[in-house]
Amino acid sequence: MSTEAHAAEGATGYIIHHLTPLHFGEGFWTLHLDTLFFSAVLGGLFVWFFKTAADKATAGVPGLVQNFAEMLIEFVDTQVKDSFHGHSKLIAPLALTIFCWVFLWNFMDLFPVDIFPLIGSLMGLDYLRVVPSTDLNATFAMSISVFFLIIFYSIKIKGPWGFAKELMFQPFGPWLLPFNLLLKLVEEIAKPISLALRLFGNLYAGELIFILIALLPWYLQPVLSFPWAIFHILIITLQAFIFMVLTIVYLSMAHEDH
Amino acid sequence: MSINATLIGQMITFALLVWFTMKYIWPPLFDSLEERKKKIADGLAAAEKGQEQIILAEKKAIGVIKEAKEQSSEIVTLAQKRANEIVEESKDTAKKEGERLLLAAKAQIEQEMQQAKEGLRQQVADLALNAAEQILNAEIDKTKHQDIITKVSKQLS
Repeated sequence: MSTEAHAAEGATGYIIHHLTPLHFGEGFWTLHLDTLFFSAVLGGLFVWFFKTAADKATAGVPGLVQNFAEMLIEFVDTQVKDSFHGHSKLIAPLALTIFCWVFLWNFMDLFPVDIFPLIGSLMGLDYLRVVPSTDLNATFAMSISVFFLIIFYSIKIKGPWGFAKELMFQPFGPWLLPFNLLLKLVEEIAKPISLALRLFGNLYAGELIFILIALLPWYLQPVLSFPWAIFHILIITLQAFIFMVLTIVYLSMAHEDH
Repeated sequence: MSINATLIGQMITFALLVWFTMKYIWPPLFDSLEERKKKIADGLAAAEKGQEQIILAEKKAIGVIKEAKEQSSEIVTLAQKRANEIVEESKDTAKKEGERLLLAAKAQIEQEMQQAKEGLRQQVADLALNAAEQILNAEIDKTKHQDIITKVSKQLS
């Protein structure tokens, strides 16, 4: 819905306004307050829901909350068992957190694009961008954490020398050492970058299309935003799922000793 | 649209969430799932065992019933035999008793007959004596013929 104020700034102004985060500070020390706030609230929601289920957890007949939580737990556990064959106390909870948190981030995309900025402007906030996954900082924060875990487990399982050997001598043997090293480094670094950019790209594009639809006349909007929202339900779940599965796969690769 | 300190904040949040999930969320829920799986498996095993026990019990019951039937028919046979015996015995006893009673009756009859005979003899003797006395009273001295009378009365007995 384009209001008069936005119309005055023009379509470009409206789009830029919607994609500018509520920021604080200068240079590197800028904080995107909306990203931090909404992801923390959504993380809190996730933790609260599962904690409620965990507190009431019983081996008897499960309640509604426990049933839903267990469904997700089983789903994540199946994914982990499918691709990860070691024993780790971290990977399954990590995967669950990633799936639920990313899903909730993405879910914010389904709220009408003007609702939260409108509430924000009533509270005196100039900008408000509510979908954390349209912020590169959020997606990179997660993928870099995963990257650190990959490095940590690689070294822990294979030992520093084993990991270094894998970087230097694979895949083409010791005679092509510099080439191997370059290839391996690119491979490793590509993991967090592709993880973060895939999620960011999908959600940023999705949000942009919602904003573009919102610029159209009101009678065209439902025709377009309704199918796009339905399609988006698939996308947000799929992106959360992909992020989770790739994390599991990368970590299981880190656990495998060649 | 640039990478900045938000990244660090997000990483901290992420680390906290993962830590919390790992510590307080995953273990209880996962354990309850595993426990339920175990419970169900146990229940199924117990049900199967129960089924087997029922079959065993049925077999046992059939055996017991058969045995009981055999026993009861045996008892019936024995009882019939015993009843026959009792009947035979009582028949015997009855016969003996009857014979005994018959004998006793005969003896009594004999005795009574004897008594009657004795009485009759006495009366006849008395009558004869009386008659003789009356006759002799008229003709002979009683004391003279006492011996003869006694002899006669002796012969009568």
